[in-house]
Amino acid sequence: MATILENVGRKTIEQLDYVGTVNIQLWSTLRAMKTAFPVVGNRYRWRATVRQILQIGYDALPMISLMAVSTGFILAMQGASELRRFGALHYVIDLVAVGFTRELGPLLTAIAVSGRSGSAFAAEIATMKVTEELDSLRVMAFEPIEFVLAPKYLAALISVPCLTVVSNVFGIVAGGLFMFLSTGLAPGLYFRYVLASIALRDVIMGLFKALAFATIIAHIGAIEGFRVRGGPDAVGRATTSAVVKSTFLVIVADAIFTTIFFFFGVH
Amino acid sequence: MATISIRDLVVEYDGRRVLDGLNLDIASGETMVLLGGSGSGKSTLLRQILGLERPKSGSIVVKGVDITKCSPSELRKVRHSIGAAFQSAALFNSLTIEENVALPLREHTVLAPSVIDLMVWMKLAVVGLADFGNLHPQELSGGMKKRGAVARALSLDPEILILDEPSAGLDPIVAAELDELILLLRQTFQMTVIVVTHEMASAFRIADRIAMLYQGSFISVGTKEEVKTSRDPRVRRFLDRVPASMDNPATIATYFHEYLGRKEAFQ
Repeated sequence: MATILENVGRKTIEQLDYVGTVNIQLWSTLRAMKTAFPVVGNRYRWRATVRQILQIGYDALPMISLMAVSTGFILAMQGASELRRFGALHYVIDLVAVGFTRELGPLLTAIAVSGRSGSAFAAEIATMKVTEELDSLRVMAFEPIEFVLAPKYLAALISVPCLTVVSNVFGIVAGGLFMFLSTGLAPGLYFRYVLASIALRDVIMGLFKALAFATIIAHIGAIEGFRVRGGPDAVGRATTSAVVKSTFLVIVADAIFTTIFFFFGVH
Repeated sequence: MATISIRDLVVEYDGRRVLDGLNLDIASGETMVLLGGSGSGKSTLLRQILGLERPKSGSIVVKGVDITKCSPSELRKVRHSIGAAFQSAALFNSLTIEENVALPLREHTVLAPSVIDLMVWMKLAVVGLADFGNLHPQELSGGMKKRGAVARALSLDPEILILDEPSAGLDPIVAAELDELILLLRQTFQMTVIVVTHEMASAFRIADRIAMLYQGSFISVGTKEEVKTSRDPRVRRFLDRVPASMDNPATIATYFHEYLGRKEAFQ
């Protein structure tokens, strides 16, 4: 019995330690982020931010576009197969437009970025840890959070919402393609219906979620890297852990946001 | 007055005592070699001197500042006067050798880019890498990487230079070249140099004094001659390369007899 209680206590303390460390890391990064901004920031550091934006955002464009097109098409087809029975095929437009802007756009993007960039953050930082590069930064009087994490976090905050907008557009275009192929609905008319069905708050809700997901992905990836102990095998474990934890937390955060928006009438 | 003064330093990891009440003074301009076998606590002591970890008790005063108790900003100030080259070189792979050396100058000084370029060239010339500045660390040999790390450690003209296992994993000729480089640096720049090594030839070539660690305690601190003529059996065993497990063959024989007896009984 004592052993069970000890284990529960130890696990609880470990989890609280993890949450506390993520919080400290988040605030330290927010304080350090001014150096990562272009023009007003450190003249060498912001180049790292631009490089990260290209890696997180630009390089992910083909993957995210294809994922959004496929999901948009699937959603339209699945919706149509049910809605057709009630003679409500035109509601497919609402389903795709609202579904993507509020939910699927941010979520699909976050899952893709978590797999691509969250893992890359963890692997890069963990490798720097095991090869003593982080120690070397500290000895040179640099803060690893300012030097390594701030540009990544700022880049994620810029890239993930942009990718979300791209995902929304491609998902909705895929819905339009389905409607054109199945009912002959003209693209111009389709987009007029889309604009009528979504409100600005839907887009803002989606972008708000995207910012929260970017925060989760960047900070979970980073903390898994910073907490690595051991050799190269630990780098692999950190990478896997970063992807699993950030994907899980993104979905949990999405559920929490959607619940809040639903019960506070923001829908 | 000593540049570095260590008093009653105790370090523990998970309740296991790694450094046990160390006392050591390192004078300005002195080359101190920390000698000892694997697991003796050399690298732990080095990490303490660099302020990368906090001890359980005791103090380390570097240039009048107790780095075990000072604020992060005071520690950063102290670190500006320390240059360190790690065992793995810890050069940043995404940067060229020139950029690695330029990094502390760009971040911590307001020197014009042309002056920084000149200073980088001078540092690389000192370590014999002037023609290789535009290469990335992964394009260099082990010895060149270590010399690159020394060049980066020298970039801010530190008063204290700390080198962790500079000749580990290098062939004898490259190791000897590094020894000569350390002597040159000390003579030219009047630096206080701390070298962690278990290479005795290197230690006796470069040291003014040697501090020998054994299981977390100093067993000999003195000049090269004093250490060489030490009668302490632990020092002699290290210097004369006597395998630790062979000093009592009877114990090993007894162990094997018991082991074989247990095996037979089991069968």
